[in-house]
Amino acid sequence: MKHLTDPMDLSMEELEDLFKLAKNIINNQEDYRSVCSGKILATLFYEPSTRTRFSFEAAMQRLGGQVIGFSEPGSSSVTKGESIPDTIRTVGSYADLIVMRHPKEGAPKYASYHSLVPIVNAGDGGHQHPTQTLTDLLTIKEIKGEISNLTIGLCGDLKFGRTVHSLIKAISRYENIKVILISPKELQIPEYIKKEILIKNNIPFLEVETLEEVIDSLDVLYMTRVQKERFFNEADYIRLKDSYILDNEKLKLAKSDLSILHPLPRVNEISPEVDNDPRACYFKQVKYGMFIRMALIARLLEVA
Amino acid sequence: MLYIDSISNGIVIDHIKPGLGAKIFNYLDLDKVDFTVALIINAPSKTYGRKDLIKIENNMDLDLRILGFIDSNITINIIRDEKISEKINLSLPENVEGVVECKNPRCITSTERNIVHKFSLVDKETGSYKCDYCDQLYTWEG
Repeated sequence: MKHLTDPMDLSMEELEDLFKLAKNIINNQEDYRSVCSGKILATLFYEPSTRTRFSFEAAMQRLGGQVIGFSEPGSSSVTKGESIPDTIRTVGSYADLIVMRHPKEGAPKYASYHSLVPIVNAGDGGHQHPTQTLTDLLTIKEIKGEISNLTIGLCGDLKFGRTVHSLIKAISRYENIKVILISPKELQIPEYIKKEILIKNNIPFLEVETLEEVIDSLDVLYMTRVQKERFFNEADYIRLKDSYILDNEKLKLAKSDLSILHPLPRVNEISPEVDNDPRACYFKQVKYGMFIRMALIARLLEVA
Repeated sequence: MLYIDSISNGIVIDHIKPGLGAKIFNYLDLDKVDFTVALIINAPSKTYGRKDLIKIENNMDLDLRILGFIDSNITINIIRDEKISEKINLSLPENVEGVVECKNPRCITSTERNIVHKFSLVDKETGSYKCDYCDQLYTWEG
């Protein structure tokens, strides 16, 4: 049985297979309308989420399956102090697949040690978010044609941004990737990502503090939110805050075929004026997210 | 120079980094056993200058992985009929379970009851390990 708690749980072959299946689902949606008929997906969201949960629920329902679960721990036995293994064993008796979001890092992995059904990590604290990564990879592949030979800029909160951590892990396996990390000093990428992923895999990378100095070199720009409360001092926030807001002025410096991605929700890091720019791909990304989750569910349940 | 009698059958844990002898002595619960044990600290060592060592007059079971984790330079000598019958050089274990704890307050180990803390070796040179749950890196000094 397969779990997905970390982007590296999937081999390159499995990734390619998922992309292929997602593409097939996009082109032949009718053929997949009832492949999960009689199957139940449980969504255990120990932390609030709208889009990831909706994306999974929509994916399962479009495959003909049903969904049970909770969207905040207050409405479950978790508040009574139930351990993760007990919750998982219980829910695993009802459902065929468990999707779990948890504020603590490593919770889905711990759950997978005790589960008789596949566990999918839908975000664990500031750690990993592998299905967002599948979404990001599929989006890049569909728009750029391949995931190799790209300079990818990651901008914003790189310290606590789990989508960034997962994406860096995943792209480290592709050829000729360059990574540019754009963040304030306080929000730089964690050491373990630098040492264990970038340095170990000989991925060329650069750390800078402003978007303007590197935007012209990027093929893909992955924006994330920088929250004021993450800064240690007000002066740094005031000095740097505008650098992490993408607007038409900055886009003038960028390549004409840049692809702008964002895991969403966005607050003010991408100005709404950018939405009409053909380089803005973040709403397409949302749709790809649902299709790749459909492919993942179908493969984990072995129905396609 | 202090002399301790050699043992006829048992184990000598040699080349322990000075200061770690008592830690290993305590870890192995050697204060509770009913056979002869000698803990020697700051003994002269040709290789290291000083070393700790433990002589145990018994063939007790040792968890070599844990000893390797505490100090990978340790040598274990198995003594039979007053002679060294086997010499075991330790190394850092690939995996460590239930010995040290992850200190990351965001890690699931910080809140979940009865969870076993697990770490995997990521770099032999630096002796660094990562938490199997949250990936936090650690290098433990003795």
